[in-house]
Amino acid sequence: MKRLLCLLLALAGALTLAGCHGSREQSGFTVPETFDTTRDYEITFWAKNDTNMTQVEIYKQAIEDFQALYPNITVNLRLYTDYGKIYNDVITNISTGTTPDVCVTYPDHIATYLTGENTVVPLDDLFTHEKYGLGGSALAYDGPTLEQIIPQFLTECEFAGYHYAIPYMRSTEACYVNKTYVEKLGYTLPETLTWDFIWEVSEAAMAKDGEGNFLVNGQKVLIPFIYKSTDNMMIQMLKQLDEGYSTSAGEIQLFNDTTREILYTLADQAGKETFSTFKLVGYPANFLNAGQCIFAVDSTAGATWMGSQAPLIDIAKDKLVDFETVVMTVPQFDPENPQMISQGPSLCIFNKEDPQQVLASWLFAQYLLTNEVQIAYSQTEGYVPVTSKAQESGEYQDYLSRRGEDNDLYYSVKIDAVNLLLNNTEHTFVTPVFNGSASLRNAAGQLIENVTKSVRRKQTVDDGYIQDLFQEVTDLYRLDQVESSGGKQDLGPLPAASKALLLGLGLCWAGLLAWALRDAKRKGKG
Amino acid sequence: MKKYIAMLLVLVMALSLAACGGEEAAPTTEATTEATTEATIEATTEATEAEATVLSHEEYIAAEMDTEVTVETYVQAHQSWWDGKVTVYCQSPDGAYFLYNLTCTEEDAEKLVPGTKIRVTGYKTEWSGEVEIMDGTFEFVEDGDTYIAEALDVTEMLVSEDLIDHQNEFVSFTGLTVEAANENGDAFLYNWDGSGQEGTDSDLYFDASLNGETYTFVIEYYLCDETSEVYQAVQNLKVGDVINMEGFLYWYEGMQPHITAITVAE
Repeated sequence: MKRLLCLLLALAGALTLAGCHGSREQSGFTVPETFDTTRDYEITFWAKNDTNMTQVEIYKQAIEDFQALYPNITVNLRLYTDYGKIYNDVITNISTGTTPDVCVTYPDHIATYLTGENTVVPLDDLFTHEKYGLGGSALAYDGPTLEQIIPQFLTECEFAGYHYAIPYMRSTEACYVNKTYVEKLGYTLPETLTWDFIWEVSEAAMAKDGEGNFLVNGQKVLIPFIYKSTDNMMIQMLKQLDEGYSTSAGEIQLFNDTTREILYTLADQAGKETFSTFKLVGYPANFLNAGQCIFAVDSTAGATWMGSQAPLIDIAKDKLVDFETVVMTVPQFDPENPQMISQGPSLCIFNKEDPQQVLASWLFAQYLLTNEVQIAYSQTEGYVPVTSKAQESGEYQDYLSRRGEDNDLYYSVKIDAVNLLLNNTEHTFVTPVFNGSASLRNAAGQLIENVTKSVRRKQTVDDGYIQDLFQEVTDLYRLDQVESSGGKQDLGPLPAASKALLLGLGLCWAGLLAWALRDAKRKGKG
Repeated sequence: MKKYIAMLLVLVMALSLAACGGEEAAPTTEATTEATTEATIEATTEATEAEATVLSHEEYIAAEMDTEVTVETYVQAHQSWWDGKVTVYCQSPDGAYFLYNLTCTEEDAEKLVPGTKIRVTGYKTEWSGEVEIMDGTFEFVEDGDTYIAEALDVTEMLVSEDLIDHQNEFVSFTGLTVEAANENGDAFLYNWDGSGQEGTDSDLYFDASLNGETYTFVIEYYLCDETSEVYQAVQNLKVGDVINMEGFLYWYEGMQPHITAITVAE
């Protein structure tokens, strides 16, 4: 009986310790020596598409082809059209231990996922695994080697000393220009767009006739410059001016004097009604295609919507205006030293109790880097493949060379957008990733949205306004709670449940000790 | 002694189990509330700082874009609350309003039942052709009367330029024929081009025709989700079905109604 009680006490103690860690936290992943093909695996893949049916078909085809190579792995596809929705669903499922196996994501989001212990698998050991690593000897397909992943794109997936993702597709932002209207206004497009040029042409375009129609388009509506993603706008402007945004340690530098100057410039242009944003008026593509916008900034992954011959159109055909579209880099402060954001989907793998399951996920994720998938998916939009293996392939080079053959697969604006990134990869950058970087990005865009909105509403934008705005945005995104990794984090007092748990643990060990002492005493007497 | 040890064991094991609670939770995609929630919610039920002039619908229509407006109107429906915001379809006897992302607590959102009278202050805005009140706050009109709009049959106005005069109103369409939404002959699509999927909060899009003209209709997921009758009715549509519909006359680069009820004619 005593032995049984001792055993129960020890068991209870062990249970207590296990309870402290929680069942939802995983142990670290170790790459198995061999992939066990005698077992069946079912993995879930949460994939994002750009509301683009062709991309969906490519995902489905990739899964079908992969399953033919690995009949013991079943991939269940879950489709999303919004990064934010994936992010929210992942966060929810981390807390319930039901994350997907493979997920399309942004590095900013992974930083938040990593607040759960061993949630996301660091991929470095998998990269270099002899059999199952990149270009590994036991792979059932011809995947890229580590060296064949574009180094700059791979680096974007590295933080805290590890690679937590692999790049899947890359894009940047482009300025889609109505060249016809620029020339009608008496200007010639420079080799590289500058902010000064944008503002000068935009202001010139505001001239109207006696009936209130804009001279350049003969319509009542014209917003010369529309920006889709104002977070990117602020981030790129600061980068071009070599001004701080944040450090890799999570120190926030956004609220500075240069940001103020940028906001004053944008307020001035908003007041002249030359500038607005997607959130305030609608998609830049719709205005561009209707001849109501001259400079439309959007992702290169939105190129199939741009231009009067675009394969995807969202406005009535009778509203389309015929014009020549030119794809240019986003406006620059220093055209000799252009800077533009690098963006696009990456893939992360979530940790599971079964390392074989994780290995199956890795095999699938890696399959998405094969030429078959990379080239097919990149052709759906202005995306660039992330491997030199795909970029240098004959098939891909042939695709690029057939620019303008039709207004579908070879749509000239789309291929121009691809070439823009291919020719400027060394001019791209990413922002530091840390827990809170996603909020900081939102805050950067919010500053521009608020200023633009306020000017339209005839509110005064002055030093006081901007100071209040900085505080408002800081509060809204809780940026004052973002911890720099250089600082010491105060975790606050222990919760009551934890205190009770520790007390129980103490009592448990005290009981064990008392029992052992009493036993020893009796043996001594015996 | 054994009793004490047994009690100790029970206590410790209970604590252990409590710490493990919910271990076998099923996968979920419920909305998580982002960190911004609390910071953005204002006390919407409190009286506005100053009594603004309440506009009639005619005055609202006449008001310039980006001006602050105050209207009193009646809730007809609303989309799901999210992160301190809710989008509301409102109508008064003299016209309708679309209140985009109205600041609202989750508790107040539950009180926004059809017929409820509210006073809204926000900015008149146009987004892709949809005229709406943005960045608004509201208060309940205490002891206010109630109003639920009858659906206005706009079938005959579908080809008319006057249809836009009824933007955001609760309307009906009768005797339209479901057309194939894509080359595969599907009667509806998850998202505008079929790139969505069941179970991922996808809107439903379907086309229906009358007198040789085809129009697109939407089941807005956050207004009528997959548990709603209308969502399921559209999932069961067949090309060639003749249907009657009710919904709100939303606008996106042209008419794009948010349908709330649908019946297949006998």
